Amino acid sequence: MKRKYLATPYIIWVIGFTLLPLITIGVSAFTGDDGAFTWDGVLAIAEPINRQALLFSLAIAFGCTMICILLAYPAALFLKSFRFKRKGFTIFLLVLPMWMNFILRILAWQMILSKNGILNFILGRFGAAPLAVSNTWISLMIGMVYDFLPYMILPIFNAISDIDEDLIEAARDLGAGSGAVFCKVIFPLSVPGMLSGIVMVFVPAMTSFVIADILGGGKLQLIGNIIEQEFMKSMNWHLGAGLSISLMILVLIGLAFTMRGDMEERGTALW
Amino acid sequence: MRKRKLCVLGAALAGMLMLGGCGKEEPTEYLTVFNYGEYMDPDVIDRFTEETGIGIKYEEALTPEELYAKYISGAIDYDLVCSADYMIQRLIEEGEAQKVDFASMEYADNIGDRFWEFSQAFDPDNEYALPYFYGTIGILYDTTKVDAPIDSWGVLFDGSYKNDIIMQNSQRDTFMITLKYLGHSLNTSDEGELREAQELLIRQKPDVQAYLVDEARDEVVAGNAAMAVVYSGEAYLGHEYNEDLAYVVPKEGSNVWIDSWIVTKHCKNPEAAAKFLDFLCREDVAEQNFEYIYYSTPNQAVVENMDEELRNDPAITPTEEDLAKCEVCTQTDPEITKLYNELWKELKAD
Repeated sequence: MKRKYLATPYIIWVIGFTLLPLITIGVSAFTGDDGAFTWDGVLAIAEPINRQALLFSLAIAFGCTMICILLAYPAALFLKSFRFKRKGFTIFLLVLPMWMNFILRILAWQMILSKNGILNFILGRFGAAPLAVSNTWISLMIGMVYDFLPYMILPIFNAISDIDEDLIEAARDLGAGSGAVFCKVIFPLSVPGMLSGIVMVFVPAMTSFVIADILGGGKLQLIGNIIEQEFMKSMNWHLGAGLSISLMILVLIGLAFTMRGDMEERGTALW
Repeated sequence: MRKRKLCVLGAALAGMLMLGGCGKEEPTEYLTVFNYGEYMDPDVIDRFTEETGIGIKYEEALTPEELYAKYISGAIDYDLVCSADYMIQRLIEEGEAQKVDFASMEYADNIGDRFWEFSQAFDPDNEYALPYFYGTIGILYDTTKVDAPIDSWGVLFDGSYKNDIIMQNSQRDTFMITLKYLGHSLNTSDEGELREAQELLIRQKPDVQAYLVDEARDEVVAGNAAMAVVYSGEAYLGHEYNEDLAYVVPKEGSNVWIDSWIVTKHCKNPEAAAKFLDFLCREDVAEQNFEYIYYSTPNQAVVENMDEELRNDPAITPTEEDLAKCEVCTQTDPEITKLYNELWKELKAD
């Protein structure tokens, strides 16, 4: 009960920047141009074009999350093998790019991948054929993985660091090889970290639109792009809000399933 | 030592304040002006206040839509608004503009007849809108990457420059040029014609390298694409960066856009507003503004005074021939706008 007043800034923040906006979006989502209640905005997600964009977003977000996991585990294991000082420095290097605005970094990728870009220039020097990846889903994927990877490495690394060395040694004593140690000890014990990583990668990947705009050349349409268009260009806020709400509900359902087992086991997740 | 330094600093500050204070008189009248960002030389505003004693409160917006949303919200009573043709049309239709007596202005004659005629598309009796800057939409292309000079929108659609084309990431512009290529009016409200245009755009999509807005010009400058659909003003700047670039308004015709000023119904001092508009039309002011913005100016006095090179650049001074092929966009029907939105989403989803 004591020190309840410490929560005041947090409560003001939550009311002002979470609850109020959510309510405004909710009201917009469930009303039409005439102000009357309607399900149209929320159900619009089932329309063919919106559904297609949603499925595409799902596929991209799923792919991005998978690639991030595959890249993050070796990175985290590698980091773990460092001694304390170098470890801190390596993590610093990992976080360093995040100090620069992500749109600038995505614009840099655009220059790297573009037709006469840096990548094709280097390939040309080695006599290789230029790659035509700019403005395709591949460049979108590269940008997303690049942008979200630290959010996967850090929680997995934290989880792995928390594993008691003795457990690993015990497994070795009992005759487990490196593969078995990873599969039977390290991986299961790092699942909570991976789950928070998934939340921090999958959800932004699912809802982003800026990366698709810049690296997709306006040819790829994620559900985030549709929502952006409804708000900024078509001036149809009811539809935009409806799509946002249904997307939010879908993400919540997905997370509930992902996190269920974890919550029961540990009580708290790492995020 | 430290104290003395502080004293000196204080004296300097006080001096600066006094200097600033007695430099000029505070204006008693004010006009609130609403324009796009970077769309007027700030020096022009200062000169107006110096000459007339009327202060200017300058407000900015990024797009016509944003400008409209800010205007309608009513938070600020704007006296003068500058926006795109279709947005000016909407404001006039909604009764937001008040009549201006252009005949009594000293310098309004500097605006060429042709532009008053263009304005009639949305202001039939030339009672409300004063043309400010204008331009066309056309193709900016790299002369070293095409086989022959380009003169038709056809090159964008016949597959001859696969993956070398940049289109505008704006539904209005992209549909307008496609409608023109198909020989329709860009103001059509015929669903069949719009769907025909969409079909063509869907077929074209695999050949399109990207749909961009601001970067369209840069990609051609950088040599990443052979051609891009751009506004004429962008084309001029592109040519400044890369000599090999050329701009053309294709023979099928295009869109001519005009940004114009209106005096709003909120304006309580129409005489001051008229003075401001007259000031903008004055040759030396219009020229200074033109040299800041480098869009096409409807001010004939400025055009006559231009360097030969600028006057012959179709991106700065569209030829009579080009303009005769172009149409002003006056399509503001909400139903058609909705259809546009749907068709655009379908194109992007394909």
